[in-house]
Amino acid sequence: MSSNWGWFAVPRPFTLLEGKAAPLDSDDVDTDQIIPAQFLKVTEKAGLRRYLFYRWRYDESGTLTGKFVLDRQEFAGSKVLVAGRNFGIGSSRENAVWALLDAGICCVVASSFGDIFYSNASKNGLLCVKLLADAVTSLRHRAKGGELSLTVDLASQTISGGGDAVHFDIERHIKERLLSGADDIGLTMGTYEGEIKRYELGAPRYLVPRRRAS
Amino acid sequence: MGESVFTKIWNRHLLAERPDGQSLIYIDRHITHEVTSPLAFESLRAAGRRVRRADLTFATMDHNVPTGDRSAPVADPMSAKQMDTLSANARQFGILCFDYASELQGISHVIGPELGLTLPGITVACGDSHTSTHGALGALALGIGTSEGEHVFATQTLWIRRPKEMRIALDGALPNGASAKDAVMRVIRSIGTGGAIGHAVEFGGSTVEAMTVEERMTIANMIIEGGARTAIVEPDEKVFESLKGTEFGPAGEDWDDAMDYWRTLKSDDGAAYDASLSFDVGGLEPQVSWGTNPAMTVGVSESVPRPGEVGQGERDSTERALKYMGLDGGEAVTSIPIQRVFIGSCTNARLSDLVDAARVAKGRSVAKGVRAMVVPGSQMVKREAERLGLDRIFLEAGFEWRNSGCSLCIGMNEDKLDYGERCAATSNRNFENRMGPGGRTHLMSPLTAAASAVAGTIADPRQVGILDVEQLGMVRRA
Repeated sequence: MSSNWGWFAVPRPFTLLEGKAAPLDSDDVDTDQIIPAQFLKVTEKAGLRRYLFYRWRYDESGTLTGKFVLDRQEFAGSKVLVAGRNFGIGSSRENAVWALLDAGICCVVASSFGDIFYSNASKNGLLCVKLLADAVTSLRHRAKGGELSLTVDLASQTISGGGDAVHFDIERHIKERLLSGADDIGLTMGTYEGEIKRYELGAPRYLVPRRRAS
Repeated sequence: MGESVFTKIWNRHLLAERPDGQSLIYIDRHITHEVTSPLAFESLRAAGRRVRRADLTFATMDHNVPTGDRSAPVADPMSAKQMDTLSANARQFGILCFDYASELQGISHVIGPELGLTLPGITVACGDSHTSTHGALGALALGIGTSEGEHVFATQTLWIRRPKEMRIALDGALPNGASAKDAVMRVIRSIGTGGAIGHAVEFGGSTVEAMTVEERMTIANMIIEGGARTAIVEPDEKVFESLKGTEFGPAGEDWDDAMDYWRTLKSDDGAAYDASLSFDVGGLEPQVSWGTNPAMTVGVSESVPRPGEVGQGERDSTERALKYMGLDGGEAVTSIPIQRVFIGSCTNARLSDLVDAARVAKGRSVAKGVRAMVVPGSQMVKREAERLGLDRIFLEAGFEWRNSGCSLCIGMNEDKLDYGERCAATSNRNFENRMGPGGRTHLMSPLTAAASAVAGTIADPRQVGILDVEQLGMVRRA
């Protein structure tokens, strides 16, 4: 797997994505599978691709088996991962998103996603596309040979590859954030300082914990 | 139309709504730990930002701390580095940190409620999916990622789409041998791992009303495994009582002010929910997971399903799970031998959980060839258990009595399973490799885990024998 992701840039705007699709033939892929806990001890994002789906890619002795879909020759350079349902459930670890991006995956297609994973993805420029289960199954089937190239057009909310373009729904704020690559914190501080201050001035005293004198 | 307790708290903390459905919520309490925080602090530094409200922010070390001798140096250099990094970040940004050596150290979701940091009607955020635990006190609690954590550090707020609301009613008296853990595992078994995705779950019903606050924490914690965004229980007198005299909870006039608000935290009659489910737990037996997600669960008297017997999943996830778990399918649950037992985690490592395990362990011995460990949820829980003499019950039965941390539940410290080892665990996730590469996890209650330790196989605590609490002979030592 090779990285095409620049970690030192702010999340770059997500424009038109064209790339190979890789099928991941599993439902309920939890974030423990996407990146095991032992690799959460790193303090950098770059290089996390090595640990992506670690237990599915390496044998007991730590040797890469080469059998996992993203390691196979015909799927080299894949940018879209087509999974099943409930992708990214479980632990809140944002490392799951960083590892996918570091491996060059910019878009995951599934029929449903874990809530925290979905939110984490949107904050890092990883597009999660929700399609009906049948459409996901069909895409996964067509991706099996390593010859499916998909075009994901976020502006028009369509995904296409050889056949008809399929429309997908996405929340407007996520779409806008991905398209603009904006920084949430700057936006909140710039626009909502008044509302935050007002809440803080009106908050009761007991909301600030005070340690009991011993 | 009436409002749910969730809606009441939501509205009180709602600062702004955008037309796209995103809401800006004020976060009253932010708890952070050594694993998901380093990159958030790093980004703050890079942008020249500060922690807006260090006085509302607390740090603990839980995910990767060793649970052995605290006076020895931390052996794993990466764990040591993350712990040192948290200490340094807490110092730099002015945050109180319950570090490795602190008497108040413990798992985020155990120490929040026990120290009075978590209160009814407040919003709590923490970089961990099981943050829903705090909802047992009537707080609106949100598990968040690292980018969101950075946003809370900098602004004390969070952008979030308002979750839908689901009410789950549990009714009936839990029979002997069945606990809160069994009830929530039964619910997840029924709704699946994605059944509550996008929903805040309000637990109610006669069973929940009768539960202790700690039992409610178990169900609020574990419903995350059913996909829930968070969970909440209407706070009652038991909750208020549990907060009296806590280290950081309100006192004096502040207490009276808080109570005025807390007493309003009820769901109105006629409150609307997007979904409602109800379960009768009156005939519930102990539950045990057999597979690789928490919905793959059966009753202790049942057999492991054969491939094709389970309806869930479009493809055959049963077969894959059986293979990973080293099971054939069709065997009786109580015939499965175990090599490890873990009594711990944010789901089941509070004092009442340890009392439950002791009700089975007292006067018995851990089976030959089984390594069993008790890992209290906090150092406070540990000290209290020792005052009551629970440590002696466990040590005499052959259990290890350890210091607090997440331990085996996440397998980040040295408490891991070896390849192929099978563990009876009171934690919340049985995912592949969760407790260590190749490790196999069966989820269950503290009663069932202790019974399994004694039997050497997964065992029914009712058959092994459960003492009454009075029979434990607990006398509080000074």
